[in-house]
Amino acid sequence: MCLAIYGIVAVLIQTGLLSSFYQITLINVCINIVLAVSLNLIIGFTGQFSLGHAGFMSIGAYATAIVLRMMPNMYGLLIGAIVGMILAGVASLAVAIPTLRLRGDYLAIATLGFSEIIRIIMVNGGSLTNGAAGLSGIPKLNDWTISFVAVVLAVTVVANVIRSKAGRNCIAIRDDEIAAEDMGVNTTMYKTMAFAIGAMLAALAGAMYASYFYVIKPSTFNFNASINVLIIVVFGGIGSITGSIIGSLVLGVLTTMLQDLAYLRMIVYAVVLIIIMIFRPQGLLGDREFSMRTFKRWMTRRKGTAADDKAEG
Amino acid sequence: MIQFLQQIVNSLSLGSVYVLVALGYTMVYGIIHLINFAHGDIYMVGAYLGYLCIVRFHMGFVPALLCTMVGTMVLGVIIERVAYKPLRNASRIAALITAIAVSILLEYVVMYFMGPDIKTYSAVLPSTIYHIGDVVVTFQQILIFLISIALMICLNLFVTRTKTGCAMRAVSADADAARLMGIDVDRTISITFALGSALAGAAGIMVGIYYNTINPLMGSTPGMKAFIAAVFGGVGSIPGAMIGGFVIAFIETMVGGYISSLLKDAVVYALLIVILIFKPSGLLGVNRREKV
Repeated sequence: MCLAIYGIVAVLIQTGLLSSFYQITLINVCINIVLAVSLNLIIGFTGQFSLGHAGFMSIGAYATAIVLRMMPNMYGLLIGAIVGMILAGVASLAVAIPTLRLRGDYLAIATLGFSEIIRIIMVNGGSLTNGAAGLSGIPKLNDWTISFVAVVLAVTVVANVIRSKAGRNCIAIRDDEIAAEDMGVNTTMYKTMAFAIGAMLAALAGAMYASYFYVIKPSTFNFNASINVLIIVVFGGIGSITGSIIGSLVLGVLTTMLQDLAYLRMIVYAVVLIIIMIFRPQGLLGDREFSMRTFKRWMTRRKGTAADDKAEG
Repeated sequence: MIQFLQQIVNSLSLGSVYVLVALGYTMVYGIIHLINFAHGDIYMVGAYLGYLCIVRFHMGFVPALLCTMVGTMVLGVIIERVAYKPLRNASRIAALITAIAVSILLEYVVMYFMGPDIKTYSAVLPSTIYHIGDVVVTFQQILIFLISIALMICLNLFVTRTKTGCAMRAVSADADAARLMGIDVDRTISITFALGSALAGAAGIMVGIYYNTINPLMGSTPGMKAFIAAVFGGVGSIPGAMIGGFVIAFIETMVGGYISSLLKDAVVYALLIVILIFKPSGLLGVNRREKV
């Protein structure tokens, strides 16, 4: 696992010093990191253009909310999150299998359709989901520690998947699906797997959201929510986990800073997105990662240059 | 029985709107293989331009319609030149994301300048009601339907009888071959965008007159449904979009009328997924084989 663990521990210490305003931003960033890395697994590493991430998040959020209202303690949160993840995994099967044959644009629209169907189901869920008004009074059990654990979990899972044989198969599918199939990669299985893992992590993010923000409504998990995650993924780099993390951080901070400007903020987002797409479509980091290996190599390279100069000099 | 006929009448006006917007989607997809997510928002801008013409400048119906169509035509061409042309050779995802970004841009620019609240059209058409038996038909419904049919016929004539229309079909079939034949591909693409956007603008202003209220986010759901209509009829096929628009409107009105008004959207999305699974090329579309 190539993460700067040291850096993560240092951030953990900060938790006592931030005011609640910044804490909200922090938790939001954590939720977005989980969403972004899971979406990156589907879009960036397996090349399946999914616009339906918000649907999976909503499944996690509602499951957690319902369970927490019955069992308002940590076990409730845990069980709710697990139930949500299992349900989202099942739902992702329903999404992945019909869309196996679709490419690019069609896949995007189909996933969007599924997300909307999930949202409409939530609206029509009767007393279980309380319709369009949503569920309120959800106990606030999420905090920095839990969010941090969730983020580490999500990033670990995705990073390990990518570096495994399954991950290499997914990347092969992204690069050239027909060639991958010719090479014997079971595209069906790996596409479904990518969707399932991505959906489950999105449900985890939904659980985090539900147990922090007291209220959830179907309209929170609409197309715009999916787009927001997509923007983070694209900005950070499609195919880069570190990119998704950095993207979440940067955009989370920007959102807070530009909060007062409302519509102007979205206009700026949109313009920046267009400019990024025209001039650097691979995003900030492309598909590069920041890892301990690269860091060490960078350090020794500089020392090496100095040694060369000495030898020549 | 009466309710059934009434629903058919309602679905005809809804269908005309969907067809006009779906035509834009299908033409653009046919020619550059891009789902123009911003198309629904061009329809919304058309509604707002119509609002400005009718309420602020006190124009009559026909001048307002013409001004709106010209306005959205220009907007469509600008969007194509600025945002889509640089990405002609880029990956699908990049183009799609740009389209989404343009959509967001249009929505929030309108929100910024016109406010997020709904705006109401002032009455510009007589609101006469006709009764055919027990079925109620308004003058506005008839007008919308007739104008839409007229626009569809004009478009069809343009595409099949004129040289530019022929060029459009050629570029859709094979852009490189068309270029070799001496067709100015860039200009053809711009004209396609112009036509599609003009039709969407017409749909927008007519919806504004019919439903009386408009808001900056009114483009997303009808845009989606019009796209589903285009897919149903076969993306890239103009007659397909015409059929698709009316069929989707029919299904939506029937589900809304007889089953549940909340579920009608879900049914249309489910229909999309079913189409994509069983016949992704749609009713009249062409199945493109992917070459390795």
